[in-house]
Amino acid sequence: MTAATPRAILEYGLASGNVGLVQLLGLCPLLAVSNNAVNALGLGLATVLALTLTNTAVASIRRLTRRDVRIPAFVMVIAAVVTSIELAIRAWLPELHAVLGLFIPLIVTNCALMGRAEAFASRNSPGRAALDGFAIGLGFLWVLLLIGAVREFIGEGSLFAGAGRLLGLPGLELAAEGYPGFLLAVLPIGAFLVLACLIALRQGWRLRRASRRAA
Amino acid sequence: MKEALRESLRSGVQLALAALMATALLAGTFALTRGRIAESEHRARTDALAIVIPAGRYDNDLVADTITVAAEPWLGQPASTVHRARLGGRDAALVLSVVAPDGYSGDIALLVAVDRRGRVVGVRVSGHRETPGLGDDIEVGRSDWITRFTGRSLGDPDAARWAVRKDGGDFDQFAGATVTPRAVVAAVKRCLEFVARHGDALYAAAPGATLRIDSAPDDYRPQ
Repeated sequence: MTAATPRAILEYGLASGNVGLVQLLGLCPLLAVSNNAVNALGLGLATVLALTLTNTAVASIRRLTRRDVRIPAFVMVIAAVVTSIELAIRAWLPELHAVLGLFIPLIVTNCALMGRAEAFASRNSPGRAALDGFAIGLGFLWVLLLIGAVREFIGEGSLFAGAGRLLGLPGLELAAEGYPGFLLAVLPIGAFLVLACLIALRQGWRLRRASRRAA
Repeated sequence: MKEALRESLRSGVQLALAALMATALLAGTFALTRGRIAESEHRARTDALAIVIPAGRYDNDLVADTITVAAEPWLGQPASTVHRARLGGRDAALVLSVVAPDGYSGDIALLVAVDRRGRVVGVRVSGHRETPGLGDDIEVGRSDWITRFTGRSLGDPDAARWAVRKDGGDFDQFAGATVTPRAVVAAVKRCLEFVARHGDALYAAAPGATLRIDSAPDDYRPQ
């Protein structure tokens, strides 16, 4: 495996290898927590942190673990890191914890974590693994945040409602007065629809670019 | 054979090391966050009670001064949490978790604060599955109906008028939904009667105690 440049690592995580749009990994949190922008931002940031830390930890013990015990060792490290993040959120952002609740420990089951640990971190230095985790996490964050913002805007006519209470960032809140709301966008089906539209947009863009290049 | 044994032993040691690291990380984070987590949970529980009892009405620790009461005929559930509010060392109010078991779609969970003279300090719905758009006007976010209990007591209105208008009482029902407000009015009334009859015992019980009360309202019919 040739060593990727930092730029290539970032590009892969944010675009060409995006977990949400291209690999379609971690769809459970992506669909469940994208009902509004604040929840999406909260879980997205927690995922960025988790991926960066687990990738770093896995890369630093990669020489200590042999092939046959690698997976169980990674599982333990990932579980410990995610649980630590959950405890920290409970301690410092209790309201956010009350909203995200079960989905923070469920970051453990986000296949992106195990996938990156196995595919990248176990073969690279801690620094590069950290960058890769950060890039992949950021790629997940922007897709999650975009879906959350679209669903909240269409469904409730607001953006980042509750940011002051949950994240301590009241400046983000926007709300349209008198908007009747559109239930479909808030229901689970809205998550599938928005994700499908995003994937379709990306495919359309790629195909058009490819055909232009061919012409 | 010996080689194989050594190999698996090495794997075991590596796994144990990974487990040790994971444990150390968890123990460290737990020790760092334990105090803050307890603090924020305590604050969250106090805040939840503040919606039925204003902060100026008591000066004790509501969350710590709590008993469990088993009085299903009165309070609608096998075990109810009761917080005692005290001001300047004197009994000020009780905050009871109450269930109205006869809602349109099952239980309606309420939080009811009653002062020493038997007047309602505040009532809020803490959980329900009533029909959206019809029965959910009991939520304070949807209408001010639930706030009209505030200040009322067993003599105000008379016992016979503690009912919805359709049943000859003083409390409004909602257009298209009578069952839900009827259940809430009845539950609040039962709670007031319970406090009138057993309030002293509730104030006197030691914090953390479980109180079992075997009486029942006069019109009680076991379900």
